[in-house]
Amino acid sequence: MRDVYIVGVGMTKFGELWDKSLRDLFVEAALKAMENAGVDHIDSMYVGAMSPGLFVAQEHISALLADYLGNNCIPAAHVESACASGGIAVRQGFFEVASGASEIVLAGGVEKMNDGADVTFALATASDQEYEAFHGVTFPGLYAMIARAHMEKYGTTREQLAEVAVKNHEHGLMNPNAQFRMAIKREAVMKSTMVADPLGLLDCSPVTDGAAAVIICSEEVAKKSGKPLVKIRTSAQATAFATLHARKDLASIPSVACAAQTAYKDSGLKPEDIDVMEIHDCFTIAELVVTEELGICERGKSGAAVESGMTRLGGKIPVNTSGGLKSKGHPVGATGVAQIIEIVEQLRGEAGERQVEGARLGLAQNMGGSGGSCVIHILEGQS
Amino acid sequence: MIVPRYTREIPQRYRLEAEKCTGCGFIAFPPRLICPECGKKSFEKIKLQPEGKILTYTIIHVAADEFATQTPFPVAIIETKDGARLTAQVVDCSPDEVATGKEVRLMLRRIQKEGKAGILQYGYKAVLNR
Repeated sequence: MRDVYIVGVGMTKFGELWDKSLRDLFVEAALKAMENAGVDHIDSMYVGAMSPGLFVAQEHISALLADYLGNNCIPAAHVESACASGGIAVRQGFFEVASGASEIVLAGGVEKMNDGADVTFALATASDQEYEAFHGVTFPGLYAMIARAHMEKYGTTREQLAEVAVKNHEHGLMNPNAQFRMAIKREAVMKSTMVADPLGLLDCSPVTDGAAAVIICSEEVAKKSGKPLVKIRTSAQATAFATLHARKDLASIPSVACAAQTAYKDSGLKPEDIDVMEIHDCFTIAELVVTEELGICERGKSGAAVESGMTRLGGKIPVNTSGGLKSKGHPVGATGVAQIIEIVEQLRGEAGERQVEGARLGLAQNMGGSGGSCVIHILEGQS
Repeated sequence: MIVPRYTREIPQRYRLEAEKCTGCGFIAFPPRLICPECGKKSFEKIKLQPEGKILTYTIIHVAADEFATQTPFPVAIIETKDGARLTAQVVDCSPDEVATGKEVRLMLRRIQKEGKAGILQYGYKAVLNR
């Protein structure tokens, strides 16, 4: 397979965007990405979205969105893996360019969640409908059970969970595209309205509208663009135990460990080589468990790691400089692509106040459901 | 949930029917066509013992519309005495009585209803042993 680069990025502001439709959001992000890349056409397109059918009763978005982007006749496909849909759209684009089938591929993600749908129901369809959701468990409920297991097994504290939200909001304050640009206090997280015990409202990522897109291309196209070069060093994916209760260790997310193992093996890199990471913090506990699965810290030590400031901007390995899903917002299908955008901007040195000095290697980890699927990309800046 | 989709699962929901792999003894609940542990495709039908203990739990405060009138309600992951795992509501108790390690018994209870005029849908819920 040949080398693959990301040459353009574009996203909408994330938030409750009542005046924008699904197609408006996607086309806005896609046009920004094409403009950023300096390309006037694309050969093919992938769009990640979890459930346009349930959120806005619109399926067949591949054809609809390609058409509204002004591209009839190109191949376009909608890919779905719950909250990992966006990361997997990028992965499909990576393979299409790596194989030589295309020179320029647009990989985007979109979700329009604020349009009147029963969001809690729609999100719960990413769990086992017959054996989880049927019994009334919600998505926050599944992560709450992981949180309880982690707290009881390792002594992880409520304060440590809250610290993840505090840190990510601190970072999000510096991101103009974030949904919630405000600092929050640890006490506010701990006292926030209960959603699924022990997780309160401020432990949960919000319901968000938004879209994000990247332009993936060959080395030849990337070099012609004059943009700082950002190479996709590896793309790894794994699925494991979509149903939470089937996991032997309920305080773990095995798909992340599997994908990470592949990513590190393929790239020859170790966790300590990475300068900046975007982690799928759909709930505060998710960031903690993933930190362990990625090998940033030992199992059971992630609470202490976040408290020590190790994962804060300026720390040893900054995590979620974008504000993460927590502060930036979580338009489900767009999230994986938006993570890649943050890493590209960090590696290009274009992250402004959020810049990690001298960042050369960045990792984006995106997962679906209660962690049944996980996709990891490692990017390398070559400027 | 429409009727055929619900009735398909009745053996599991009413009678806790499961399958035990004849190769490695893995208990599949619900039944599967291939064993995820050893890859064998031969199972014998068993019924799970309706007793077990709580491995982890949560109290749901914000529920999907179907369950909205029941909040706050506890949901737990339970390991049955056979070693099978399932997710169920814990009922007939105050949410603060639920704790990891507590023993429960699985009982047949109403879970959902199909819209305003559809069938009632039953399944297992857990009751604390006291």
